[in-house]
Amino acid sequence: MIEFIINYQDKWTKALLEHLELVFVSLVISVLIAMILTIISLYSKQFSKLIVYFFSVIYSIPSLALFSLLIPFTGLGKETALIGLIVYSQYILLRNFISGINSIDNSIIESAVGMGLSTLQTFYMIQLPLAKRSIVTGIRLTIISTVGITTIAASINAGGLGTILFDGLRTMNTNKIIWGSVLSAGLALGLNYILSKVEQRI
Amino acid sequence: MIAIEFQHVSKQFKNAKTNAINRIDLSIQEGEFITIVGSSGSGKTTLLKMINRLYEADEGKVLLFGEDINKMNLVELRRRIGYVIQQVGLFPHMSVFENVAVLPKLLKWDKGKIEQTVDRLLDLVGLDQNEFKDRFPAQLSGGQQQRVGVARALAGDPKIMLLDEPFGAIDAITRSMLQDEILRIHGGLNKTFIFITHDINEALKLGTRVVIMNEGKIVQVDTPMNIVQHPADEFVTSLLQSAMKQQAFWKFLQ
Repeated sequence: MIEFIINYQDKWTKALLEHLELVFVSLVISVLIAMILTIISLYSKQFSKLIVYFFSVIYSIPSLALFSLLIPFTGLGKETALIGLIVYSQYILLRNFISGINSIDNSIIESAVGMGLSTLQTFYMIQLPLAKRSIVTGIRLTIISTVGITTIAASINAGGLGTILFDGLRTMNTNKIIWGSVLSAGLALGLNYILSKVEQRI
Repeated sequence: MIAIEFQHVSKQFKNAKTNAINRIDLSIQEGEFITIVGSSGSGKTTLLKMINRLYEADEGKVLLFGEDINKMNLVELRRRIGYVIQQVGLFPHMSVFENVAVLPKLLKWDKGKIEQTVDRLLDLVGLDQNEFKDRFPAQLSGGQQQRVGVARALAGDPKIMLLDEPFGAIDAITRSMLQDEILRIHGGLNKTFIFITHDINEALKLGTRVVIMNEGKIVQVDTPMNIVQHPADEFVTSLLQSAMKQQAFWKFLQ
């Protein structure tokens, strides 16, 4: 079993890097989109409820099914995987961002608005710094869940650690199945550990 | 000069049967210290929040120095008005200095002027600059927090100060001290103070004129002395009697 890790070093490091790339790129785009949606939701409570509900429905679709649904529109490959990952991330990010902002004491917001801060100024001067803990939590949870879903994205040719796993399944190669799972689980656990440490510092 | 004028102002909240504010007319001269007193639900906070448009009037007009506040830029309007609330609402992630400096920084004053202003204001509200400037709200007592709240509200040099039960959650000894200080602060500045309280003693002690509200209407507006000597109706009488009963109780104990 250890031989696999040594003999196929190129293969699994490439898969690992692809995996990290997908997670990282989708995370950056997701956080940007979630921030924009959060800002819009400051202007309308209804919009905020609506988007959280909308993305919760999408989040409940199994990943394999969502990826399959996207294929007719965007084909196989990385882009489709990215779209799927970004859509999934929105639910966790938005829930944490919005609930972090809503949990700020009302008197603080009333003071800010009452002294003449605009909605945007209140957001970046008051709400963002005070909600940073739940924002970081949202980002951590998103990373963990994205690492898992990215494994499935290999089924639509997006690359990543899932390729080793699916290869193993197709050829009934136990080594590959085990290493595919161990690597993706290890990546999730490792990132979770590091990010929890970061979170505790805040 | 008239600082604030309410013209037939009404306000009804969604799903409420009666008006929170019912056709109110009131004019407040520049430099007055107006106290508004009434029981819970009498509409006093609603009335106050219609001045800085945290609530919008359904009917009627509110004028600020003759200008309709609905025609003014909302942010500009609020920056011209100091606002202090019972829960203080200091920004917990900012030091005392930063809290007071929020508005001056937004107004892009230069550093020297900001520091000078904060020092002067902390001094005015009776907080030692060196001791308190770098502290965070969580490191202050309730009374100290509200002093910072008042300093923060004064930072943009507003002509109008709205104070919504600012000393409501503060112990009796500190409250009495703060009452004396708010009078001193008002005396030294040519600003119009509008101060809400549910304590008739506080209202009579602080106000140059006292507004008494009941069920969304103004029952009486007059100087403390005239109110005590000529209460307008039964509600005012009962309000005064409740205070006097307390005094009688004190005499009894003594």
